[in-house]
Amino acid sequence: MEWTDEAIVLGLRRQGESHAVLEAMTRERGRHLGLVRGARSQKLAAALQTGNRLRLVWRARLDEHLGIYAVEPIGFRAAGYMESPIALLAAQTLAALLRLVSERDPHPDLYAALDEVLDRIGDPVETGELVVRFELMLLEGLGIGLDLSTCALTGATRDLAWVSPKTGRAASREAGAPFADRLLPLPAFLAPADGSNHPPPDGADLAAGFRLTGHFLARHAAQERGRDLPETRDRLLALIQRDAGGG
Amino acid sequence: MSKSIAGPEIERLIQLLGKLPGLGPRSARRAALTLVKRKEALLAPLARACTEVNEKVGVCTVCGNVDTVDPCSICRDPRRDDSTIVVVEDVSDLWALERAGAMAARYHVLGGVMSPLDGIGPDDLNIRSLIERCRSGRVGEVILAVNATVEGQTTAHYITGEIAGLRADGIDVTVTRLAHGVPVGGELDYLDDGTLAAALKARTRF
Repeated sequence: MEWTDEAIVLGLRRQGESHAVLEAMTRERGRHLGLVRGARSQKLAAALQTGNRLRLVWRARLDEHLGIYAVEPIGFRAAGYMESPIALLAAQTLAALLRLVSERDPHPDLYAALDEVLDRIGDPVETGELVVRFELMLLEGLGIGLDLSTCALTGATRDLAWVSPKTGRAASREAGAPFADRLLPLPAFLAPADGSNHPPPDGADLAAGFRLTGHFLARHAAQERGRDLPETRDRLLALIQRDAGGG
Repeated sequence: MSKSIAGPEIERLIQLLGKLPGLGPRSARRAALTLVKRKEALLAPLARACTEVNEKVGVCTVCGNVDTVDPCSICRDPRRDDSTIVVVEDVSDLWALERAGAMAARYHVLGGVMSPLDGIGPDDLNIRSLIERCRSGRVGEVILAVNATVEGQTTAHYITGEIAGLRADGIDVTVTRLAHGVPVGGELDYLDDGTLAAALKARTRF
């Protein structure tokens, strides 16, 4: 068995003294593991940092084997994260969240989104928004998509302000008001645009976004797999709120 | 199934040696044979040394280093600068820095780095005791000598934030870190793009 694909490094687990099992998000084959020989060498160690782009050749005798990766680096993004705690935490949070996706389950949309997000992380507000939007895509990829386009009670498409924590469907400000204590707030930057552009989110909006996606990720994805959401996610939000203001 | 070529005791010795870093089954066999052949000169002293270390070795309650005394020899050394602490991930990093002999400072061993994929958070590392050492008021500088990896730098930023938090209590500790860039003997042509970019960013006046 052999294939070649582009991939993004999610993480590395040491295997013996010089080898490692690489966990990567591939473009065509989803989250995929494989052994990298000599992964701790000076040449390869720099390439195998979370967020970097690689061209992988995977070889195994049988498809169900772990297999061996031949690695060619094509993008050293991680070096640019070293100065930015927000970028480091965001990259690690996204990598950890992708563990919720089944191994070898193709998600080309998630790959493309991850690639774009990892290129843009660093600025607190933009990173916060990108992470929340990525988590919405992840939920959709996991079959838990939220419907934030119309009010589940009235069918309205404007002034949506709430989301049901049970159904994941939006509700308008007015129709949801009587149930406000049981609904999750929908931040304006996630509501459908009504012709005018939303102002950029502040710390409070981003916290509401994290709370919204975090609720569904924890309840419908992480808990089912016996996991917790990565603790880096909480620290990322704390840093974003500190730097973005308004939180 | 492989055929046994020696008694069970020697086979056990080979098996245990083979678990050491740098030794595969073949080199473990060679090491065992050398030990057996040089019983008085090597095997007996090695066995005694292993027994002694096993009885006495422990983790230093101050810095997390391993030694046969507590506090460790480095923490007891009166010639070292008390005001500087070098933070490392592992004891092997401490030994590497000591081999370099570039600094007579104190150390602090974290025992790993934060890694969400492995479920290792700040509470799993030796970070609280570092903050307590800084709180003593004797520390002026903390040098973060963690690896230039995503996990290492995440840990470094976390520690920096925790130490910055001490300012609220009137404790001001300078945090520095090792430079990232071109290694001695390194040729630019062979360096990866990321290291080159980091080296350019961290350029110094010549």
